Amino acid sequence: MEFIKIKNVTKQYRNGVTAIYDLNLGIKKGDFVFVIGGSGSGKSTLFKMLYREEKPTRGEIIIGGLNVGKIRNNKVYKIRRKLGIVFQDYRLLPKSTVYENVAFALEVIGAKTDDIHKKTLKALELVGLKGKIRNYPDQLSGGEQQRVAIARAIVNEPKLLLCDEPTGNLDPEKSMEIMRVLENINQTLGTTIIMTTHAKEIVNQMEKRVIVLKDGRLVKDYEKGKYANEDI
Amino acid sequence: MKIFRMFFRTVRDAFKSVFRNFSLSLASISCITITLIIVAISLIATLNLNNFTKVIKEDVTIIVWIKKDIESSIQATIEPMLKSNKNIESIEYKSKTKAKEEMMMQDDYFKRLMEGWSEEDNPFRHSYLVKVKDIEQIHQTAKEIEKINGVDYVDYGAGMVETLISSFKLVQKASVLVVIALAVVTTFLIVNTIKLTIYSRKREISIMRLVGASNTTIKMPFVVEGMVLGIIGSIIPIICTTYGYLVFYNHFKGQLLSPVIKLITPEPFIYMISLVVLVTGIIVGMLGSYRAVRKYLKV
Repeated sequence: MEFIKIKNVTKQYRNGVTAIYDLNLGIKKGDFVFVIGGSGSGKSTLFKMLYREEKPTRGEIIIGGLNVGKIRNNKVYKIRRKLGIVFQDYRLLPKSTVYENVAFALEVIGAKTDDIHKKTLKALELVGLKGKIRNYPDQLSGGEQQRVAIARAIVNEPKLLLCDEPTGNLDPEKSMEIMRVLENINQTLGTTIIMTTHAKEIVNQMEKRVIVLKDGRLVKDYEKGKYANEDI
Repeated sequence: MKIFRMFFRTVRDAFKSVFRNFSLSLASISCITITLIIVAISLIATLNLNNFTKVIKEDVTIIVWIKKDIESSIQATIEPMLKSNKNIESIEYKSKTKAKEEMMMQDDYFKRLMEGWSEEDNPFRHSYLVKVKDIEQIHQTAKEIEKINGVDYVDYGAGMVETLISSFKLVQKASVLVVIALAVVTTFLIVNTIKLTIYSRKREISIMRLVGASNTTIKMPFVVEGMVLGIIGSIIPIICTTYGYLVFYNHFKGQLLSPVIKLITPEPFIYMISLVVLVTGIIVGMLGSYRAVRKYLKV
């Protein structure tokens, strides 16, 4: 049974640019999948459609039984609560502490204060930042900020974690640190992870399923560990 | 329970962000403060003007002079006739004896002069002092009274009263227009200032959406924040108007230029103005925030 099902999806923007052509894809529960491709390959568009920032022009995207394309604008929060999203630029609230940033994701959905406290500390522990809960984002390194963002993304225990170039702003060493955190989440929580990246060394080292997009089309779909440093 | 939780978090976040974004909050607050002061002043001026108009209107009296040497049987029919007129508010009878006595009380010279007059010598006439309900129909009413048998003529400052009424009407209309225009300009100004402060928090709103906040959850803290800004922004105008009006009232001893123009007594009046200022501040702040935040939500 596939957790994410993408059927005949085409995305054409209003300005006439077609970003995705007739994409078909299935991703199983608990998978860790890389999506790679150069600029303009449609990675970002695919991501935006997964978290329902954009709607597919044709075809459908089903995540855990929910037809994402059919969700109305004022009901978008329904899908957002089921998944966690991590961006290259972290997107933290600069005027809130590490703890507040993570707790925020639970507060806005109206969780109980006790639960918020427990889950927030648990998530921060998982990313190794329990000692910095009182700090503000600008007092942290890039890698630490990204780990806060990951903690915020997983704090409400989503089934799916979307990471859009999470290591894009980090040096290789910090990048591997982030990858270990993500691997850990994937292993211990069973969270399905989809991650886009430019960094080939990460993809090579991790030995996961790799989906290659080019000019809006799916060009290669490597099984786990079969990807071998190909030119993108 | 969840509703209460969300409510308290909303209020807490609103206060937090007022202080964390203090420089921008200050911009909104000072904008609200200045405009509310202007609104309060124009409100005080308008209400005083209305009050003054009302007092003058209540003061306008028709004096009905009764014919000299009238037979008492005819005179007795005048009062019921007056009472049957629909536009008449009150009637006061003033006999010529009373007119004489009043005159004597005014001046020592008159007193000495009139003391010797007998009832026959008294040149005054019996009269009725009539107040009307609708001052705009005073001309019509005066004419009707004049037709009553036994009435010699009526006196109500014809011409003067009409001019007064039409100028009052004009002033009233103009002041209402000014207040409305001010309110519109104020709302517009505040909406724009708050828009500016919310624009700088676009990112915050987009993050809220990303982590799964519903539109209401996103809007509420901003609306409450607008309310808080409105409340803070109305503190200075309330102090200014309350204290200022008291000083103004006491300095002029409750009347402006002449004893005819009476100022409204401060006691309940300033509380009312304060309440209006506070409510205006709250509504305008909430409205401003609501409109501004809506721009950043896809609804």
